[in-house]
Amino acid sequence: MNVIAAMSGGVDSAVAAALMVEAGHQVTGIHLALASTPDASRTGSRGCCTVEDANDARRVADVLEIPFYIWNFADRFRAEVVDEFVAEYAAGRTPNPCMRCNEQIKFSAVLDRALALGFDAVVTGHHARLDAGVLRRSVDEGKDQSYVLATLTERQLGLAVFPLGEMTKDEVRRQAARRGLRVADKPDSHDICFIADGNTRGFLGRHLGTQTGDIVDDETGTIVGRHDGAHGFTVGQRRGLSLGVPAADGKPRYVLSLSVVDNTVRVGPGAALEVECLRTGPAVWHTDVAMGESFDCIVQLRAHGMTSPATITAYESHTQIALHRGQRGIAAGQTAVFYGGPDADVVLGGARIESADRVSTKVASR
Amino acid sequence: MTYLDHAATTPMLPAVAQALAEQFTAVGNASSLHASGRAARRVVEESRESIAASLGARPSELIFTSGGTESDNLAVKGMFWSRRESDSRRRLIISPTEHHAVLDAVEWLHKHEGAQVSWLPTDMYGGVSVDALLACIEEDPDDVALVSIMWANNEVGTVNDIAALAQVCQTSGIPMHTDAVQAVGILPVDVTVSGVDALTMTGHKLGGPYGAGVLMLRTDVSATPLAHGGGQERDVRSGTLDTPAVRGLAVGVHAAVSGRLDRAPRIAALRDRLVRGVQAEIPDAVLNGSPVDSIVSDGPGRLPGNAHLSFPGCEGDALLMLLDARGIECSTGSACSAGVSQPSHVLLAMGADVERARGSLRFSLGHTSSDADVDHLLEVIPAVVERARRAGLSGASR
Repeated sequence: MNVIAAMSGGVDSAVAAALMVEAGHQVTGIHLALASTPDASRTGSRGCCTVEDANDARRVADVLEIPFYIWNFADRFRAEVVDEFVAEYAAGRTPNPCMRCNEQIKFSAVLDRALALGFDAVVTGHHARLDAGVLRRSVDEGKDQSYVLATLTERQLGLAVFPLGEMTKDEVRRQAARRGLRVADKPDSHDICFIADGNTRGFLGRHLGTQTGDIVDDETGTIVGRHDGAHGFTVGQRRGLSLGVPAADGKPRYVLSLSVVDNTVRVGPGAALEVECLRTGPAVWHTDVAMGESFDCIVQLRAHGMTSPATITAYESHTQIALHRGQRGIAAGQTAVFYGGPDADVVLGGARIESADRVSTKVASR
Repeated sequence: MTYLDHAATTPMLPAVAQALAEQFTAVGNASSLHASGRAARRVVEESRESIAASLGARPSELIFTSGGTESDNLAVKGMFWSRRESDSRRRLIISPTEHHAVLDAVEWLHKHEGAQVSWLPTDMYGGVSVDALLACIEEDPDDVALVSIMWANNEVGTVNDIAALAQVCQTSGIPMHTDAVQAVGILPVDVTVSGVDALTMTGHKLGGPYGAGVLMLRTDVSATPLAHGGGQERDVRSGTLDTPAVRGLAVGVHAAVSGRLDRAPRIAALRDRLVRGVQAEIPDAVLNGSPVDSIVSDGPGRLPGNAHLSFPGCEGDALLMLLDARGIECSTGSACSAGVSQPSHVLLAMGADVERARGSLRFSLGHTSSDADVDHLLEVIPAVVERARRAGLSGASR
């Protein structure tokens, strides 16, 4: 195959590209310039998007003796990922920008450009297995990234190659070191790439401005504090509430819900965070699912962890999820990914959560 | 491999490589007083005399530097600083099509050192007219500290009439610098005839070594140093002289300048065939910069090796990648800002829209170019443009 390897400058995409070269494919390294004004060097735990990262990717490509180019997708990235991220928070939802980037940039804009230029597929260093159209968790469960790929369409997956699914992260690092790639011990990235200092609240404040509002105790209805904008909060958040009035039971309080309309943050005890019933928007399915019928599977609600057995009822327009184990801190905008198969590691589909109901109201919503 | 990027760097002449190799192993700091030092000094001064002769300058006017960027910075910052100490002139008159080594130095002076910047209007080819310079000076003649206008543009190849522009500066008593990095060895460059006060040149664009250049600075013009140290090179440019590089530079300049009249017409003929051939295959391809047959002060009005073309509907970096995959090396000619390619400031200054600026490629020919290079390009360009057009429609930067 004649492929492009998306090379972030990290160890995973470096080894993915190396494996493709060694398998005899014609590989062209592409570093995506996503920041309009990239920082010169890495800060914190980010692993991409700086000039230093672009240089790391170029060094790997040079060692692999493959062509390497930088593709500028900064405008698209700003419009479809960053602006969307801000708009979602402004609407009171909690978005996952990495999924959005996969859906709209890596496996859409970049993929389309690659195909138009005569390439056959896009290779990335995601930790996931993809065989004959079946997307599965990585063998390294701790590093598994099948979650952020779950909402790609069949066409997108058909044009993607993930060479690392059968390897643990440690093995990837060993493979990099064995090939003399300098990124072998480069730290993992964790934070959102376009928020350099990791301060999401500060980032949102700069984009959405500050607008003071009330923090209300959900049980008593009393105002227990003030905030600078509901967008600065996430459902399930405990820290940084600065509540003036202690709770009646003396236990910590958590953000239960955000109302953008009246700029109110409602807080309450942890138990009140527990939800069992979720409703999503339309799902992307990778398997045949009978509409209107129910089936059991494992659902994952965050990029890492937060899994529960659940009963799913799929419709064209939405999906109902009844969690068998209640989960805390689920917010609209996050994605539910469904896993099945004998080892519960096959991605069946995914859908964005529109609403979450607490345990107390689950009967009504069923 | 077909190398069509001579304006970025051109292959080193064998005689230069040999001169470098010979000098690398000779010990001697040209500032030392003993025999080895004197031997090195002799190499440096003979090189200086040789280069001065090639440029029509006096040896004492030449300051050896690390290349074009340093020479441009030393000229622009050094002359501005020096001027600031003696009078109140603050205004820099600059062409917006200058290389970043001049542009960014000027913008830095504006941001940090109180310089005022007057941008000259350019014509549709990126050139600067005498009238435009006159009008700009007239706005406030007593406030102009320095004029800097490049001899020939590195992207689109347009040649300025430096002698006429320098005449204007001389009449107004304003020092003038010119970046002649693309011109020396390619165009008739004579410092005395041109009448400029400062001139930048570098080795690797004419078959000389990398990292070796000259700032020609008239001895009655002073410049404040960028870096302070041992006071070598007229107390303007400190640092131990790189004797091998200086010797290699002299060999390169001599070969390029003395062979110019044989080489330039041959390269221009190849370039003309390239442009005609590409436009025959791609009828809507646009040649940017001065026409190939234009004349400026008895010499070519366009760099003989330069073919800068816009391909409507294409992205320059897609074209570059597709050509690279087929063994043809060229340039988008655009500045690379922090790894992200930007539309060329030269094309934008010429009045081109962003689409035309993004969809352009620079092919530049030089002393090793042949008919086979042009044939290879003409053979692959139709398919490459067609593919890039399809990709352009899917649009990376909508």
